Formats: sequence, structure tokens, C-alpha cells
Amino acid sequence: MAALFVGGTLLFFGLSRLMVPPGYGEFGHYRAGALDDARQRPLVFADGNACGGCHDDIVTARQGSKHAQVRCQACHGALAAHAEDPSAQTPQLPDPVKLCVTCHTQLVGRPATFPQVDPADHSGGAPCRNCHNPHHPEPEGSS
Amino acid sequence: MSLRRREFLQLAGKLLILTPAAAAAWPRLVQGAAEAAATAGSTAPGAAGSAYDQAAHWWAMAIDIDKCIGCGNCVRSCKTENDVAVGPQYFRTWVERYHVPPDDPEHPEVDSPNGGLDGFPEKYRADDRAKSFFVPKLCNQCAHSPCVQVCPVGATFVSPDGVVLVDKSYCLGCRYCVQACPYGCRFIDPRKHVVDKCTLCYHRITRGLTTACCETCPTGARRLGDLKDPRDPIHEFLRGHKVTVLKPSMATGAKVFYAGLDGSVR
Repeated sequence: MAALFVGGTLLFFGLSRLMVPPGYGEFGHYRAGALDDARQRPLVFADGNACGGCHDDIVTARQGSKHAQVRCQACHGALAAHAEDPSAQTPQLPDPVKLCVTCHTQLVGRPATFPQVDPADHSGGAPCRNCHNPHHPEPEGSS
Repeated sequence: MSLRRREFLQLAGKLLILTPAAAAAWPRLVQGAAEAAATAGSTAPGAAGSAYDQAAHWWAMAIDIDKCIGCGNCVRSCKTENDVAVGPQYFRTWVERYHVPPDDPEHPEVDSPNGGLDGFPEKYRADDRAKSFFVPKLCNQCAHSPCVQVCPVGATFVSPDGVVLVDKSYCLGCRYCVQACPYGCRFIDPRKHVVDKCTLCYHRITRGLTTACCETCPTGARRLGDLKDPRDPIHEFLRGHKVTVLKPSMATGAKVFYAGLDGSVR
């Protein structure tokens, strides 16, 4: 009887050692290593605060404009590789046909306070850049 | 084996003292081993930012409906950052457009063409008297999540810093959690046949960065916040706005707070 009890106990601990993954139960009913797995992903979008380290001229140009708070990668896309090594990834200029209208086309659902235009009516098809500098879109401030 | 009375009493006495002592020491020994393993794991090469302390954070997000313009930047950047499957039914975050008749708020018209990935084509008239607005959606990072409760293999869990994550090496793809989520935030990744969902950009926030969707939101409608950090601006936001969570009656402990959310939003 005692041998059966000891054998059963040993079998239980032996099997649970084999079958329970390492780190299981450390934080809860899951494998603790899953947290590290989730952290391993490489960045695609860079730290938005890194841009100004090199492009301080753009930061200056944006000051006081309505676009001052727009993060660089909102328009310029994912640039983690560029931020890591500027020669590794050359940022492409955003497509001027799509860029402005993505946010500024008139939509009934958009907040009334947000500046919106009907592009065809507003500029008659002329490029936005003729009047607006994307980094400082107020017409007075544009070059 | 024959024991004399004296020997039996001596042995029993020793066992009586040693057994509780061993029982008391055992959890500490096990815990010590786990701590040592955790320390070794986090300092191992390849571990991202070993200085991150999970116990010191409790992540949340605040969304200002009045600032969302439905541009779809968050949807696009999420797909890029997290390599989300391509297709009109696979989204970790998406944007819905609500169009609410003024006399029938219980029956809003909701659309989300391709999750808002390509923006929203105009389909309403400004003079139809209805109310129209955009609602960005993502995993609500519930503290008492139904999806975690139903997982039969412990593959999904709330991390110590309050993010609902999936252990993809343990997920069976059984879809219980997809059905359990009241917000429709989970889907089966067609490439790996395991569940996929918003991780609140766990690889970014644990490195001190914000999420990809917050990083690219042009109007600041979304902000990541750490509820355990008293200096985090999210506290000011939550104090200064009338906020709610989605489906508060479900008591999921949702941590995505919406300011300016209309009662018609489901």
C-alpha cells in the first residue's frame, strides 16, 4: 500500500515535470515565456520622438502650425529601419494625391471643427502644395 | 519491521515537527526557483529591454470620439506594425462609422468598409438631420476578460501589466475566445490557424514607446496610458472628460475609455 502511494506520488511529480511547460504558473495560469515572446517583435514604426534628433529643421518649420502635433510617421509611414540606420531605409515622399485628402476631404461623420474641403471645389484640381506647405499648412506661413 | 513504543514515539515526534516545517518552506523554495528563472530569462540575450518592470504598469487607452476623423491611419499602421493578415475580416483595430437617426437612436446605421483601411467614402448627406461620427475599436484589454475565462488550454491571459495576450504556441485555434469576446476583437489568423488579437503593441509599450495606432493618429484621438503612473496624462484626460467603456453592463473591466461616446454605439 505504502509502495503504491509513494509510486503514485513519484509518477505524478515526474509527469507534471515533463508536461507542464517551464514558467507555467509563475504569473498565472499561463506560460510566463509567452510575455517574452510578445516582446520579441521587431519595431516597424520608429519611436516618434527620434525624428527630431536629425530633422530639427522640420521641427522648427512645424512650430506654431496646425500640424505641429501631427506625428511624423502619420504621413511619412513606418520608418523604424531608417531611425536605426538612416542609410538602411530611404523614406519615400508621401503620395501628394492621396496625402492631404485622406484627412481633409469633406465627410459628414467628421467633427465639424475639423478643417475639411471638397478637393475639386476647393482647389479646382490644383495640387495642395501650390498654396499649403504640409509642414506648416496655413497659407500665410507657406513659402 | 517491529517498532518499540519508545522508538515509534521518537519517530512520530520528529515527523510531527519536520512535516509542517517542510510544508512551510516548500512554496518559498519553489518561488525562489521561479524568480531565479525569471531573472535569467529577462537578462538573456535577445530579451528586449531588461529594465521593464511589469508590476509597475497597468496599461489602458483613452479615445476621444470628437477627435476621430475616420482617416484609417490607425488601421493601416496596425496592419504594418503587427503583420496582421490581409483581408476584410482580419483587424486588430478598425474604425466604424455610425449614422444615427435622431428619432431612433436604438437603430444606428453602422458601416466599416474594409475596417476603415481605405478611409470612408461619403454616403450620407449633411442635411439628413442624422448624427454621424466615427468610433475606433480595438481590444478593450479587459481586466476580467471573458475570452481569458473560456480558454481551455491557458493560451490567453491578462499579463501582469494589464494586457490581454495570446500564447500562440499553446493556442489550439478552438475559437471559444472568438465567440466569448463581447466586442468582436478576436479572429483566427488564416495563416497559422491560431487566434490573433490586439496586443496593445506589447513589443512597443514594453520598450517605452507608444502603440503604432497612437503613433500615427494625426489628431491625437487615441492615447496610450499607464494607470499605475501617477504622472501619466491619461489621469487628467479621464478626470476632464465624461468617459465610458463599451458595454459597461458586461462588467468586463474594459480599459479602453471612450470620451464623447454616443449611447447608440454597441
